[in-house]
Amino acid sequence: MSKARQDLKRNIKENPYLLSGAIITGIMVLVIIIGIFWTPYDPTAMNSADKLQGMSLRHPMGTDNMGRDVLSRVMYGSRITLLIAIGTVAIGSVVGTIIGALTGYFGGMFDEVTMRIIDALFAFPSILLALVIVSVFGTGWIQLLISLGIAFVPSYARIVRGEVLRCRNMDYVENARLQGVSNLRMIFVHILPNIKGVMASSIMIGFNNAVLAEAGLSYLGVGSQPPYASLGKMLSDAQQYMFTTPSYVLCPGIVIVLMVLGFAFLGEGISRWK
Amino acid sequence: MMRKSFRKVSVSFLLIVLSTLTIALSGCSSDKAGDDSSKITIGIPQDIDSLDPHYATGAGTKEVLFNVFEGLVKPDENGNLNPAVASEYTISEDNKTYTFKLRDGIKFHDGNAVTVEDIKYSLERNMGVDGSEPLISSFSKIESVNIVDDKTVDVVLNEEDSEFLTQLTVAIIPASNTDPATNCIGTGPYKYVSSSPQENFVVTRFDDYWGDKAYIKDVTFKIESNSDAVVMDLKGGSIDMYARITSTQVSQLDDQFEIYEGTMNLVQAMYINNAEKPFDDVRVRQALCYAINPQEIMDYVSDGAGTEIGSAMFPSFTKYFMPELNDTYNTDTAKAKELLAEAGYPDGFEFTITVPSNYTQHVDTAQVISEELKAIGVTANIQEVEWNTWLSDVYSDRKYQATVVGVDASTLSASSLLARYASDAGRNFVNFNSPAYDEAYANAQSTSDDAAKTGYYKECEKILSEEAASVYIQDLPEFVALNKKYTGYVFYPLYVQDISKIKLADQ
Repeated sequence: MSKARQDLKRNIKENPYLLSGAIITGIMVLVIIIGIFWTPYDPTAMNSADKLQGMSLRHPMGTDNMGRDVLSRVMYGSRITLLIAIGTVAIGSVVGTIIGALTGYFGGMFDEVTMRIIDALFAFPSILLALVIVSVFGTGWIQLLISLGIAFVPSYARIVRGEVLRCRNMDYVENARLQGVSNLRMIFVHILPNIKGVMASSIMIGFNNAVLAEAGLSYLGVGSQPPYASLGKMLSDAQQYMFTTPSYVLCPGIVIVLMVLGFAFLGEGISRWK
Repeated sequence: MMRKSFRKVSVSFLLIVLSTLTIALSGCSSDKAGDDSSKITIGIPQDIDSLDPHYATGAGTKEVLFNVFEGLVKPDENGNLNPAVASEYTISEDNKTYTFKLRDGIKFHDGNAVTVEDIKYSLERNMGVDGSEPLISSFSKIESVNIVDDKTVDVVLNEEDSEFLTQLTVAIIPASNTDPATNCIGTGPYKYVSSSPQENFVVTRFDDYWGDKAYIKDVTFKIESNSDAVVMDLKGGSIDMYARITSTQVSQLDDQFEIYEGTMNLVQAMYINNAEKPFDDVRVRQALCYAINPQEIMDYVSDGAGTEIGSAMFPSFTKYFMPELNDTYNTDTAKAKELLAEAGYPDGFEFTITVPSNYTQHVDTAQVISEELKAIGVTANIQEVEWNTWLSDVYSDRKYQATVVGVDASTLSASSLLARYASDAGRNFVNFNSPAYDEAYANAQSTSDDAAKTGYYKECEKILSEEAASVYIQDLPEFVALNKKYTGYVFYPLYVQDISKIKLADQ
């Protein structure tokens, strides 16, 4: 056995987060991929005789208020949810990190102006922002991603800025500066890798928020449209049947929890990777 | 010594008097407060679109403004028209002159007396006297509003109309009010206090009301834009009443609530833009009617409750309702496919149903329709929009293919439901165009004989059904949940909520 493989094995053993995260996320992705080719029932097929059934062998996750199979709908919905969550967090964290790193590192007038704009964006309710974007660009997936992405920028910008401010005057940065490292290299090669732990956890929290924000936005006509539903939309639809058919609200809820948990573990694992 | 003790006595006497007075007076004030602090919070599904009663379009706005504004006559829960701002009226032999006597001592909410000038102003505002389009299309029939003396007004029509009285429920507002859109002054049992967009609309009892005063003093209409939260809010006590809750929601409420059951008096339909391809072909519209099964929709959406309708008329208008039209199209997939093939769409087509997202029952209906249409190869996509977007895009601009909503009757006449289908009507958002219909409707309007008029209206309904102007579905069942602390909810044959009749259970 080569040394590299031994290292990998040891690393995984000492890092249960990465392993469990990879397993949970792997299962989710597998279910989603299966859902593209096959679902137990048509996710939109209604059946008036089987409305609001609990869990059974025929319907492992029960049925909803239109008699549709919840398992099939969850398989379909996870796809939408995962895509939106990844897209939103990607836009928000990339843009937010760049803004935060630049303002934190350079400071001064540039920092003041940019951060006040970010503050203003923070003060905007994201629903309002989404409404503006929808009324200007129309409805659709791209618009949804953009509006959610913009809404997520401020929180990343602030977190990264704070961290960069903290690291800016540390010894290793001074050291690198003395060696004549350029500003951009300093930010992206020297400072950012040192704050990856904070970033990883904020990305995971953002993932969670994106799932819930999408559910809220489908109300405004952006996001998933009936008869299809993302997990978040299913959750909000199921709300009124919470006490009569708990399986309808629990199943999509548990899947969201698993999805978020898988990513959280994965994030934790990555930040502990040696 | 004497003087000192006298002073002591007088001081203690004063103290006694003061404390007695304090106790007695505070007793008084608490009695009064007990009577005046009655309040109720009512959940409504949508925001108020205008405070100006003449410009308000949403049925959900009108049902709230019903408590604030009144017309010359006012409908009651039995479908009668009673004098309101007018104390009495007479209709001339030829059905052309309606004479109204102003009610003695009636006041606006701002304390000013209602004058005949205000009546003239309010009616003329709706007629569009300055040459603009009349706000109410039937008001183009009014030739003039004449002030006879300071108690009497004549409304003169340019053609005979025996049921024009049903139109005169239009709100009377003060002529002196320069900005009715923000300054909301009427004569109703409640007067306007404040409103915040997307939040609430607050009114308080008008103590100078001419008729039976309202029981409850402060009423807040709280906008519940998230219909899923209604049950929680009712149970949690942040709202005391919600009209039009669904049967599923009813099943989740405990015995803390009284459930009143009636019908909504709405024509729920999948309204189709008749001007848009492929719906400009009557065969396509008929195919949709054959493919869509109203009973199935009711089974899914309201556990089978609801009344099927076959045309633009709901059952509470017993005089005009034609139950036989329910059978114009009985679900027949083969027939639907055949019609589509004839129209040149053998493989079906794709279209979008735009639905207001705050009405769960309409969104659910759209989902069932979309599923039913798959059987004939037609793909119906659903687009949920926010209510104000719906109003501007679908209702005003007519930029849509199909939509699922319920249309209400603003007056007690059949024409309030049928007028919109005349090809030149301003509210004809389905762009229905049929010369036969226009003729039948015009005949109904020009006839004064009641039986003949009803006959023409029925002919109109028949044409709508045969031409498949839209896919008529049902009059939705209405469940009203009212906290048992209150009582006295009454259903109207119109889409209104009369809050003045609600009282505290122990009152």
